[in-house]
Amino acid sequence: MSVRRHPALVAAHYGTLILLAVVCVAPIILMFATSLKLQTQIFTTGIHFIFAPTLENYRGVLGEDSFKRYLANSLIVGVVSTAITLVLACMAAYGLARFRFPGRKSMAYVTLLLRTVPLAVLAVPVFMIWSQVGLINSLWGLILLYVAVNLPFAIWLLYGFILQVPRELEEAAAIDGCGPVKVFYKVVLPLIKPGIAAASIFTFRIAWNEFILALVLTDRATRTLPVAASLYITDIGVDWGKIMALGSLIAIPPLIFTFIAARQIITGLTAGAVKG
Amino acid sequence: MRTPRWVPWLYLGPAVAVMAAACLYPLLSALQLGFYDWSMGTPWGEAKWVGMDAFSRAFQDPAVWRSLRTTLLFASVCVTAEMVLGIALALALEGQIRGMAFFRTLFILPMMIAPIAVGLTWRYLFDAQFGLLNAILAIFDAAPIGWLAQENTAFIAIIIADIWQWTPFVFIMMIAALANVDGAVLEAARVDGANWWQTTFRVKLPMVMNVIAITLLMRLIDAFRVLEVIYILTFGGPGDSTEILSLHIYKTAFVGQRMGSAAAISVLLLMVVVALSWFALRLSNPLKDEER
Repeated sequence: MSVRRHPALVAAHYGTLILLAVVCVAPIILMFATSLKLQTQIFTTGIHFIFAPTLENYRGVLGEDSFKRYLANSLIVGVVSTAITLVLACMAAYGLARFRFPGRKSMAYVTLLLRTVPLAVLAVPVFMIWSQVGLINSLWGLILLYVAVNLPFAIWLLYGFILQVPRELEEAAAIDGCGPVKVFYKVVLPLIKPGIAAASIFTFRIAWNEFILALVLTDRATRTLPVAASLYITDIGVDWGKIMALGSLIAIPPLIFTFIAARQIITGLTAGAVKG
Repeated sequence: MRTPRWVPWLYLGPAVAVMAAACLYPLLSALQLGFYDWSMGTPWGEAKWVGMDAFSRAFQDPAVWRSLRTTLLFASVCVTAEMVLGIALALALEGQIRGMAFFRTLFILPMMIAPIAVGLTWRYLFDAQFGLLNAILAIFDAAPIGWLAQENTAFIAIIIADIWQWTPFVFIMMIAALANVDGAVLEAARVDGANWWQTTFRVKLPMVMNVIAITLLMRLIDAFRVLEVIYILTFGGPGDSTEILSLHIYKTAFVGQRMGSAAAISVLLLMVVVALSWFALRLSNPLKDEER
């Protein structure tokens, strides 16, 4: 498919694309740049592109003992909730795709509606219930909630991928003597790997980035990084260097994921609405 | 293959149990909580049944109406701007472009990083003293603006941040949809003498109307859900000029400690979002693949 384009048109295309890319990326780069500046450099007003970078702010942030705890909490919550979500979502998606049973359609629709519940709406009753059952201020309480919040999207993403797996492959494996677990593990799982990658990234990203539920449901010991960052603003006032260092540290994992798995992420973003 | 009735639930059971326990049940108890007067920290046994009181008070509360108005204005301005910009850019930039994959990667960065990082970055950009925006204004000898300190500019600020973050989403959805348009149809239109304008607005866009509608609904739903970026950027201020509904719920519950009222307003917001989601589901018809 090659339509010959006028060179000027091609140049205009790239010009626009580059401009858009700059608009998208500039604030993020500024965040990183500011995190590498000393307070005195930040306080000089005006635009400065050249400055001597310093890791002083990172040393300040990483030096605090509490930071290590928040980082550990964030990692635990992110990894554990992603793992549980993926196992449960694979099972549920497989069940939805391979069986016809009464209640299936209404279950499908309720799941999809849950996906759009505003987290502020969830925060109020969950805070109340978690307080009563002793899940408040515990990492498990947060993990359980993140699993529940992420399941609808993960199930639907994986459901789309499982539908693409030819049923005949599974039947052949079953005839060869594989049990249902082995069929799933040996036949289905390898074929839906891209879906699992996308679902993992989206789930981890939510758990890693989320902050309003974490703010409400955690205390000093179980706080996650975004909550710590939100408290920083009021604690330190205008220590922009340190604030941006913390912001950058929170931004790094999703940025890495985006660069290594952009294709899967875009599949996830457009899943459902756009075919292919 | 004959399978017993309980087999599907073996697969679905665990996921359904978690969603029921941590999503569905809390939402139902929010509805219940709306009928009670309960303060945080007191035992549930002391909660007082107040009937429809909280709901009727919520509907009479000028703060709720103000917040609802702010939310509607915020959502309509943001979503309109994002749709127009996203569709226009997709139409201008569609087609086989070398390196498009790389550009798409850069475009999704704003929506991948944490809302907290987005909020902090824009708070810095809008900072009256050290912010980049005022530094740019200074180049043109314009007076610095206290962006987040005035009601109008603070509202503009939260809109700018949202447009920055979410226009790429519309763009990417549209690029994907336009790539699926059958080239033969466009060619036929061209042969029939249609110009660019006609092929675009009479042929191409109508063919992707479904995706446009779903994208619009998804953006609307998210605009009603948005909370974290605004929490960091303005915390609803100055005054209550940027206090969108989610933030109003948060403040009512966890600053004002009025859980019952917060639950009542939550139900209101939930109804709006569920209605929008329902339309989105009707359009996207998620079970459509099964008829094959």
